[in-house]
Amino acid sequence: MNPKISFKDVSRTFDVAGRPIFKALDRFSLDIEDGEFITVVGPSGCGKSTAMNIAAGLLQPSSGQVVVDGVEVKGPGPERGVIFQQYALFPWLTVRENVEFGLRLQNIPKQKRREIADHFIDLVGLKDFAHALPKMLSGGMKQRCAIARAYAVNPKILLMDEPFGALDALTRVQLQDQLLQTWSKERRTVMFITHDVDEAVYLANRVVVMAARPGRLDRIIDVGLPYPRTEEIRLSPEFATLRNEVWRAVYHPAAAA
Amino acid sequence: MSEAATEPLPQAGAVKSSWRFNSMIGLNIVALVFGLGFWQLVTSLGVVGLPTPVQVFNQAIASISSGLLVSDALASLARVLTGFILGIAVAVPVGFLMGWYPTARGLIEPYIQFFRTIPPLAIIPLAIVTMGIGEVPKIFVIFLAAFLTSVVATFQGVISVDRTLINAARVLGARDATIFRRVVIPASTPFIMVGVRIGLGSSWATVVAAELIAAQSGLGFRMQQGQLYYDLPVIFVSLITIGILGLIMDRIVIAADRRLTAWQEKA
Repeated sequence: MNPKISFKDVSRTFDVAGRPIFKALDRFSLDIEDGEFITVVGPSGCGKSTAMNIAAGLLQPSSGQVVVDGVEVKGPGPERGVIFQQYALFPWLTVRENVEFGLRLQNIPKQKRREIADHFIDLVGLKDFAHALPKMLSGGMKQRCAIARAYAVNPKILLMDEPFGALDALTRVQLQDQLLQTWSKERRTVMFITHDVDEAVYLANRVVVMAARPGRLDRIIDVGLPYPRTEEIRLSPEFATLRNEVWRAVYHPAAAA
Repeated sequence: MSEAATEPLPQAGAVKSSWRFNSMIGLNIVALVFGLGFWQLVTSLGVVGLPTPVQVFNQAIASISSGLLVSDALASLARVLTGFILGIAVAVPVGFLMGWYPTARGLIEPYIQFFRTIPPLAIIPLAIVTMGIGEVPKIFVIFLAAFLTSVVATFQGVISVDRTLINAARVLGARDATIFRRVVIPASTPFIMVGVRIGLGSSWATVVAAELIAAQSGLGFRMQQGQLYYDLPVIFVSLITIGILGLIMDRIVIAADRRLTAWQEKA
């Protein structure tokens, strides 16, 4: 089977005034299979967000290409849902209006729109807050709303840029479980960026470890743990072994080629 | 789904804040009564050569019953609202244009920045010479006052729209026109409302000054007449009317702002 998302020798440089060109991403190649949950972990400056933004179509690569379903990415599209660390909810719209935003753009009739929105609002557990404005929601609820909004347009791929990075440790663990629950019901290909090693191992089929200066792929670690992931798995020796392996990879990357 | 909202629900603080509101009103009334008493005291003792509150009140009754006060107020209001509405109506699209298209910004901004440094009142002599002494020069000057404050506010609003919101719309499939209509316009409303409020204040200041210089009606004109005939109560009545009308207009804008931007997260 062909990979769902394919990074082919993707590089991205930035001109930093007065300094030599900054290599944010250097010849990054990665194949993500259909329905796979990939986490990308690495120190800041390793290019993980750059890679995701290129896949989202929000950033152009300097060289190389990203191919989704055999088609080169040229710009953003609703088949690739994006979830931002800063939630990016439209503050003047209610939870339901936010979730319906993408559906309105597709001219889906009102009745159908409402049905779809309600389904996903329910799925992320915000049923009682459908009419609330974002300012009424906690950080975790905002991110759940953003997840519902991304799901509503029925993307084949979810690109998540440190979505739980701004949340406290407890909320973060809850949202990880909820995300996996949602993902098991509504299976999508997920590329999830994080700087949290535990989170990377807990969620993923495979953990992609990146290194900085220049931003590059360091290694890919297979997580052989079964789904659904539970607290038991989180506390198991197998999990600890994997976490240690990822940890060592993140903090002691191989030298740049 | 056990996690709850961290912010308190609005009802929680309502009791306390309504008490605070009532006690505030009480303090305001005390201050007002005290001020009037002080005014009465210093004028009746002859400390200053100004009319007493009673004299001003009687003049107000006389001006109202003769119909002059109402017609003056209406004349001034008509000028302000015409100039102000025209100013906002032009400022908002121009501000959007400048914020959205760098080319438009480059072409328009030097003029805005230059004319912003000239008080609109300084334009009056030129306006009278070129446009005559009718309504047009006054409305033009007010238009200018409202336009210059609002255009900058709108422009600021557009350039400070959160990039992440634009990206969020883009990845959901929105194109430029939709992003403009559904993201940029609502996101810059708070900025525009600040401009509207400042613009209204400066329009109101400008109309009175313009009427002092050249007019046959209006509150400024009436004060000019009062100055001519040493009629201090008339000047006082006009001044107080200007203050009250300005306050009412400001409150209306604030109420509109509350409705339009209730979604904002207040820090």
